[in-house]
Amino acid sequence: MIWAVLAGFFLAPLALLPLGSVARWRGGLHALLPLGLTLFLLRHLDAVAQGRILVARQPWVPGLGIDLSFYLDGLSLLFALLITGVGTLVMVYAGAYLHGRPQVGRFFFWLTLFMASMLGLVLAGNVLTLFIFWELTSLTSFFLIGFDHEREGARQAALQALLVTALGGAALLAGLLVLGQAAGGYDFATLLSRGEVLRAHPWYLAGLLLVLGGAFTKSAQVPFHFWLPSAMEAPTPVSAYLHSVTMVKAGVYLLARLHPVLGGTSAWFWLLVGFGGATLLTGAWLALWQSDMKRILAYTTVSALGGLILLLGIGSEAALHAALVYLLAHALYKGALFLTAGAVDHAVGSRDVNQLRGLARSLPLLAAAATAAALSMAGLPPLLGFVAKEALYRAALAAPAAGLLTGIVWVSGVLLVAAAALLVARPFFAAPRASLAELHAPSPALWLGPVLLAAGGLLCGLAPGLVNRPLLTAAGAALTGGALVPLDLALWHGFDAVLLLSLLTLAAGVALYLNLARLARLPSFWRGASSWGAARLYDLGVAGLYGLAYRQTRLLQNGYLRSYILTLVGFAVGLTAFTLVGRGLSPALPGLAEPRLFEGAVALMILCGALFAVFSPSRLSAVVAMGTIGYGVALIFVEFGAPDLAMTQFVIETMTVILFVLSIHRLPTYLPRSSRWIQGRDAVVAIAAGGLMTLLMLLVLEAGGGSRVADFFAEQTWPAAHGRDIVNVILVDFRAMDTLGEIAVLTLAGVGVHALLRLRAGAGED
Amino acid sequence: MPSLILRTATLYLMPMLLLLSAFLLLRGHYLPGGGFVGGLVAAATFSLHCLAFGAQATRELLRVPPVSLAAGGLLVALLSGLLSLGEGEPFLTGRWGRLDAGVLGVYDLGTPLLFDLGIYLVVIGATLSIVVSLAEES
Repeated sequence: MIWAVLAGFFLAPLALLPLGSVARWRGGLHALLPLGLTLFLLRHLDAVAQGRILVARQPWVPGLGIDLSFYLDGLSLLFALLITGVGTLVMVYAGAYLHGRPQVGRFFFWLTLFMASMLGLVLAGNVLTLFIFWELTSLTSFFLIGFDHEREGARQAALQALLVTALGGAALLAGLLVLGQAAGGYDFATLLSRGEVLRAHPWYLAGLLLVLGGAFTKSAQVPFHFWLPSAMEAPTPVSAYLHSVTMVKAGVYLLARLHPVLGGTSAWFWLLVGFGGATLLTGAWLALWQSDMKRILAYTTVSALGGLILLLGIGSEAALHAALVYLLAHALYKGALFLTAGAVDHAVGSRDVNQLRGLARSLPLLAAAATAAALSMAGLPPLLGFVAKEALYRAALAAPAAGLLTGIVWVSGVLLVAAAALLVARPFFAAPRASLAELHAPSPALWLGPVLLAAGGLLCGLAPGLVNRPLLTAAGAALTGGALVPLDLALWHGFDAVLLLSLLTLAAGVALYLNLARLARLPSFWRGASSWGAARLYDLGVAGLYGLAYRQTRLLQNGYLRSYILTLVGFAVGLTAFTLVGRGLSPALPGLAEPRLFEGAVALMILCGALFAVFSPSRLSAVVAMGTIGYGVALIFVEFGAPDLAMTQFVIETMTVILFVLSIHRLPTYLPRSSRWIQGRDAVVAIAAGGLMTLLMLLVLEAGGGSRVADFFAEQTWPAAHGRDIVNVILVDFRAMDTLGEIAVLTLAGVGVHALLRLRAGAGED
Repeated sequence: MPSLILRTATLYLMPMLLLLSAFLLLRGHYLPGGGFVGGLVAAATFSLHCLAFGAQATRELLRVPPVSLAAGGLLVALLSGLLSLGEGEPFLTGRWGRLDAGVLGVYDLGTPLLFDLGIYLVVIGATLSIVVSLAEES
């Protein structure tokens, strides 16, 4: 199983190879991987349907106890089959949709990576593995949304989706860590059995809120819903795949997975029902005021995601089962509709429902698929959407606060009927307009996906048993954490309140659609086009972030060397002094030995050099004076028996002076620009720094020498490293890894300076 | 305009300084010295050449671009560490052999020397890449 999940990561780079004459079959070639994975998953269908759970495990970071483990039960299998099954169709479709576009290989590279990440996410066996794949889906979707990166809109949308989902991802990581710590294990196998412990744990609410932060951003719940419609900048196959079937359902998957652990509390109920209900309504309402097919579909997707979260929040067995049916129904009809929208765009060059007219005559197959899918979305029999909607009503009617919930579901149902009508009625069945006559017929690859998905919705509606017993039952058991109970799926439940509600929804929806034009006269505020809201908040946030970055750069990275030095020295002195005072350390002056002539001479030389450097009228002489100080220090090293240090110090000082000389003579002539006040300030800082260093030296002397490793090095230098010079042996043997890092840095510095100067020279020539 | 005295002195000093730098490099494992100091001495020598004869002349003298010299040194250091991997020991473990050079004596040779040579080259390359670039600027 591990190899099946990771196959996508290894095979994705193949997409970047030039295909030459077989480029026409690119979509089909790339569909082979998801197709193979689908067959692989189907092979496990029987075992999973009998309630077995397959676990594969590979040690990954043994130090932290993290395994790369995968976990296949009914719930993961349902999602995995959606990912690979729809993935197969989308790959075939994308091959035809993007044929002839530049950088198609890169597109398939990211799409394959995305598919593998998504598969890893739903099959992950512990929360940390899940998190890694979760972030990988965010990253790959960033590249997919921004595929047309030459358009400003696509870049903005990609960044927006990344920022929103990555911020949520950060919250999610924290939440998962909290849960893992509280439950005492990160594996789902452990976690799922610790629900009682977790719900009683004091960290429960914090963990829940953080996890919801991740799930809600990923699944575009209000108030984070705005990124999903923006993401429609992506090529249509991406919208169909990521933004309706797979990635946006990751949050739903996560909450479904964790329902047996976190669910059933009142916090869970109100948070999920509250946000889910709000999203259900908001999405459906905003969908009505769009004219671009993809944006209508995006908002109805937001609505459906809200419905799924609402159902998970209710959490009764009926509600959880309804969520599964709704999930499957939505994937089938929304996938079909998105692919249809793309095919229409490809054939006609427009996706505007106000422009398109009477396409049914020229695109009969697409029209049939779109109609079937839209009817499923509207919840009409005999499609799976009808079964799902009935289950939704049944769950809402039996929930606490039934009146309110049923009302929300009813209103959103009405809105969705109108949105479905908006999508197909005029574009496909109105009297055609002459201006759109010129269209080129879509190739089979473009209509195959929609037709198969729509047919799937019809087939599952007519014979729900097909998916109930093998798949949904096992998924239901994973959700409820209980035994295998077949879902109650049927087209006909007799005359009851639910059927009445269905009929009322349909009637009101049709009436709403017929009166849409009248409603469009509502003030723009009511149509969601106002200048406030979450999207506006996001814009303000991003602008604020840029502003903050700009201001702090102006303050801290202003390009004046002296303010950097002042900051560095100031902080070092301040923090050290703070520590010293805090610990009450004050050195006693040690009894100084009688200074010898040599020491006195060197001290005098250093002092003279320092004074000369401070009062020197030119930079060059100051630098040379500084060199004198360095030489003086080196002489002290010589005197106290550290010849290697002295040698290094001598050469370093020489090189420093050479470098200074080379760079200084390019500077303008030295002018004493700084005022008395600034000179005074610098003097204070300098004296403070020097004084503190002196203090530290005295403290070190007081503490005495004797390091614990010194003896070890002295003893081991010859037997272990064949050397006699301890300093060199430490550098090239005992701590060779450090040295390797240092010379790598040194090389980079050399390359950096070289590049910097070359760049400037190049800029000067232009 | 570089002085004649500087040029002449440089030409006499260079062989001796380079010899000193090689000497420092080779004796590093046993007596004070090593790749770092040796490399710095060599870099200082070439910097002197650069001051006396100009950046272009130093580039010609070096034949290899300083940046490549640094990169090559890094590679040598890495390779010296990789040798021990082949024998199943951790990266950078020292391997030692004995070289009998007849009249010239018997020497212990090991990968640490190779590693030191890497440091030597990196120090020369990185320092000169900065010095020569700066000198070209002016």
